[in-house]
Amino acid sequence: MIPYIARRLVLAVPTVIGVVTLVFLLIHLVPGDPVDVMLGETARVADKVRLRHQLGLDHPLPVQYARYLSHLARADLGRSLYSGRPVRRMIMARYPATLELAGGALLLALLIAGPLGLAAGARPNSMLDSVSRALAVLGSAVPNFYLGPMLILLFAIHLEWAPVSGRDGLAHLALPALTLGMGMAAILTRMLRAALLDRLHDDYIRTARAKGASEKRVLLKHALRNAVLPVVTVLGLQTGALLAGTIITETIFAWPGLGRLTLLAIQTRDYPLVQGCVLVITLSYVLINLITDVLYGVVDPRLRVNS
Amino acid sequence: MIRLLLNARVRLGLGMLALFVAVALLGPSVVPQSPTTQNLSEDLRPPRPEHPFGQDKLGRDVLSRVVYGARVSLLVGVMVAGVSACIGLAVGALAGYAGGWTDELIMRVIDVLLAFPGMLLALALSAVLGPSLRNVLLALCVIGWTGYARLVRAEVQAWRTREFVSAAVALGATPLRVVRLHIVPHLLTPLLVQATFGMAGAIVAEASLSFLGLGVQPPTPSWGAMVNEGRSFLLVAPHVALFPGLAIMLTVLGLHFLGDGLRDALDVRGGESLSP
Repeated sequence: MIPYIARRLVLAVPTVIGVVTLVFLLIHLVPGDPVDVMLGETARVADKVRLRHQLGLDHPLPVQYARYLSHLARADLGRSLYSGRPVRRMIMARYPATLELAGGALLLALLIAGPLGLAAGARPNSMLDSVSRALAVLGSAVPNFYLGPMLILLFAIHLEWAPVSGRDGLAHLALPALTLGMGMAAILTRMLRAALLDRLHDDYIRTARAKGASEKRVLLKHALRNAVLPVVTVLGLQTGALLAGTIITETIFAWPGLGRLTLLAIQTRDYPLVQGCVLVITLSYVLINLITDVLYGVVDPRLRVNS
Repeated sequence: MIRLLLNARVRLGLGMLALFVAVALLGPSVVPQSPTTQNLSEDLRPPRPEHPFGQDKLGRDVLSRVVYGARVSLLVGVMVAGVSACIGLAVGALAGYAGGWTDELIMRVIDVLLAFPGMLLALALSAVLGPSLRNVLLALCVIGWTGYARLVRAEVQAWRTREFVSAAVALGATPLRVVRLHIVPHLLTPLLVQATFGMAGAIVAEASLSFLGLGVQPPTPSWGAMVNEGRSFLLVAPHVALFPGLAIMLTVLGLHFLGDGLRDALDVRGGESLSP
């Protein structure tokens, strides 16, 4: 198991270097002078010089890159141009809220997709299968930014079951988590159904049935374990959409997380903060994919041996 | 062709797509009002015969804006899917056919681009480049081509070992000729399926960026921006957000039906939904 994990870690290194480099280059993609864009063209020359120096833009590009890397190695993401506070601290303050939202969405997606996918896969063309198909179609066609306001309209304004926005306990988490998790629930349900249907035609299922195993045992013990493999992959990949989705969902529900901070940074052209947020969100995603790979090795022993 | 039309989902998807294209191309000459004509004395009025979808906060006709918004969505969908597919085809074929270091390098670049979750990179790019339709197209193409490139690379690797390819090589065909005449024709079907889903993904991505104020700028109507404007009036005038959202939903639904149907009818494996 250890060599397998080590190999995965080594493979992630070039990706992380690439991500860090691309995020560093972001500020240089600004058309014209980034300092002009941040301060406005009418700013005083002295202010421009000071900001250019503060951002290190008065050095040659390789020097800037080396300094960026050396700061990063000490977990220093620079300072926000507006609040003057360290970017790392601003991100850390927001991270738990985003983790809570993404975790809630993931849990909700699993709670919906697990039973529904299992029922649909065990009995194709049944009532529940139709429900799962309808959910899959709707879940993949309704964008976050439309589902959120519609859920607010129905559950918060008309039925008054949940609060409209903010973060204050479980009741506040329900609608944003549902908004964020719906797309994932839809995809996972269909994946689980398809994977189960594939596995139920395998030889070992016939063997299990021939040995007299109950249908429940065949489904849960023999088919599900093998059907879970492709679902784990999709789960990891979909978490990326989940993380990016927090930007929209947090904006709709005024959720004080990293996504909203990212958008605020973009709107105020606070480039160090934009870079910090994009980097932290992306590295979180890289980490999640690593964990998925490791999980995959746990679920599928063949991978450990072959690598 | 007949096999395609026998597929119910292909028919449904094509029908919905045809409606969307017709609205985008012909709609503007049919709607009674300009999408930017304001009528401040009639702000947020509910739907009624003169304004079937009601009016927004500036008294503009929501129906006209939804119809004009279809043009932006159609442009983004076709452009992003088309350009991304072409880049993906070229780069993927190069990686798959050349192999070795070229392949390794291209795959590492794709890994880095795919390491950014969902549309975060597109968001960062359009933020840095400045919000405009052109930059949205640019940002979505920058992340869009990777999916096609991976698909094409895998297919090229599978096809290049076939006997007829070896025969062409033995007859002295150049690599470009082999790829162009003997391999690429086999890839057009899976590419078409992928591009159908890609179009849906691009339309949702543009709408999402515009929703956040980072896409198409006012007063040009974009469905995403319209949902955002309507969000403040959910209580008093839900129609402002309702109709543009429904338009996105139906368009994406149509493209998904078409993609699924094409995949089944043409017996293509894979082809992923890209909707975030």
